[in-house]
Amino acid sequence: MEKRFISQPSLVRWLDKLNSEGKHIYAPVKKGGERVDFGRISSVDQVSFDHVQTTQSAKSVAFPRTEVLFSYQKEKGKVQLDNFDPEKMPSTVVFGLHPCDAAAFNPLTAIFSWNSRDELYDARLERTFIVTFSCTKADESCFCTSVNGGPGNTTGSDIQLTPVKEGFLVEILTEKGIALVKANEDCFEADRGEVKEDYLAKLPLKFDVKAVQERLNTAFDSPIWKKQSQRCLGCGACAFVCPTCACFDIQEDAHGAKGKRLRCWDSCGFALFTLHTSGHNPREVQAQRWRQRLLHKFSYMPERLSVRGCTGCGRCSRACPVDMNISEHLGSI
Amino acid sequence: MENTQLVETPHTHTHQDNIYLPYLMTIDKVTQEAPGVKTFRLKFQDEAEAERFDFKAGQFGEYSAFGEGESTFCIASSPTRKGYIECTFREAGKVTSSLAKLEEGDTMGFRGPYGNTFPLDQWKGKNLLFIAGGIALPPMRCVIWNALDTRENFKDVSILYGARSVNDLVYKHELEEWHDREDVNLVTTVDPGGETPDWKGEVGFVPSILEKMNPSSENTIAIVCGPPVMIKFTFPVLYKLGFTPDNIYTTLENRMKCGVGKCGHCYVGKVCICKDGPVFTGAELEKMPAEY
Repeated sequence: MEKRFISQPSLVRWLDKLNSEGKHIYAPVKKGGERVDFGRISSVDQVSFDHVQTTQSAKSVAFPRTEVLFSYQKEKGKVQLDNFDPEKMPSTVVFGLHPCDAAAFNPLTAIFSWNSRDELYDARLERTFIVTFSCTKADESCFCTSVNGGPGNTTGSDIQLTPVKEGFLVEILTEKGIALVKANEDCFEADRGEVKEDYLAKLPLKFDVKAVQERLNTAFDSPIWKKQSQRCLGCGACAFVCPTCACFDIQEDAHGAKGKRLRCWDSCGFALFTLHTSGHNPREVQAQRWRQRLLHKFSYMPERLSVRGCTGCGRCSRACPVDMNISEHLGSI
Repeated sequence: MENTQLVETPHTHTHQDNIYLPYLMTIDKVTQEAPGVKTFRLKFQDEAEAERFDFKAGQFGEYSAFGEGESTFCIASSPTRKGYIECTFREAGKVTSSLAKLEEGDTMGFRGPYGNTFPLDQWKGKNLLFIAGGIALPPMRCVIWNALDTRENFKDVSILYGARSVNDLVYKHELEEWHDREDVNLVTTVDPGGETPDWKGEVGFVPSILEKMNPSSENTIAIVCGPPVMIKFTFPVLYKLGFTPDNIYTTLENRMKCGVGKCGHCYVGKVCICKDGPVFTGAELEKMPAEY
């Protein structure tokens, strides 16, 4: 792994160049009030550097909230299908996401690659460059260190920037990262020998994830699920802001003879998620849905895919309208 | 990353390896099986695909009504019958109601085959006992015809089929055919009150008729398919008759969307029905939480 330095003015030039190459650049931008979220930018001036966390995660760059799987046209009982072309998807740079979001592409990829490839997901991710910002601050919802992550974790990053004096420490981590730097060599200077850890947020452990996992393996019939989920509204906000939740629905958007088949985010917290057409619902009550959510992330995924479905970003706790806190709940199982 | 906007995937006419893209099928034949229940015989529009396509008994597919969406059904025809596939469905939701409006010659979509299979090779030399309830005969019909078309591989073949009423029995012509065959023992039953004056079959629920049939469990595989309540009451009868969980097979039909183990809908505990199933043994079922 190569280290370099980039000054603030050079960072502006670098992003301008990436932009002029035709890359789509997404970064955290202020959206009004305290809300910061990813948006397409044309200049570094638009980037928010002082927030703790964006409301939404960065997963939609590879797994959009609503995506066209294919479209079709009907004529006199016949159908013409229109497939996608990955070559026409834009080359994208996600800039300024935090390590918890970059790390989340591992579990997402594990889900979308299990048993068969998902070309749409793969095509989007292959064309995406991940430039993370390590975290210099955290809040009470953050718990990345409890799930083997950290404010300076580089998993999933092509390049990681750490704000240091007069600029940024640059860690070039993958072939994609090397390509992004090579094409713009004049923006980067030699490493100044800054120690990254001196600048990172300090985040104490909130629970022992191995112990939690072991307890979950035998907790299926525990009364704790009912107790914990009693105030859960089943609104799905936790899943929609989660960087690793990948459940989706397949829906139709049809107008007359023309239509599109769509893939849309879904949530195992929704009451209708498992409802059969017959009216039978295998998960009738919210306690069963809440249990599925936690067991899927912290027991089933580690066992079946060797990845955990959580990177400790804390968004589910921040977004929950009834203040359900996943790290507290995990700690109390 | 405009989260609130629909992301358009650029389209071309070049075919890519898109696992969500259905094959176009022509409806070759429509059969009205019972009130609200139809069977479609489907043929691939792409000749190369028709040539390449293969499946095994127990597998399912995602069937498209373009304009409404997809619905999940098993492949109801036997892999021994080449050149077409069949699906049988009841009009229950918006997709099945839309499919039901299609006519012979119309186009619909099909993705598959998906899921695991009934291990007919392992069952060679054994007796087969099929137990089905209502609209759950279609997944079993595939295995029944597969077994009957390779009849020399099996010993006694028995079929117990029950429906709410005489009118609700599906595949009525095939039931007559199985009834007339000397190498098949068919028992049909309808729920009390569902019989007609000229009904010659049994009257009663499947589990009690099974107990009355008293089939031998010796060297016998039981294949059970029906609504959850029928499964719940049939398994204890089979155990009483001496069947072991390893010798009982069933196929589960949880809500599915993608069919390829990604969308998350059909999980029962850590078991993904569309990829790990839909065919399970009684022993596998016992290890799963009862969330199906």
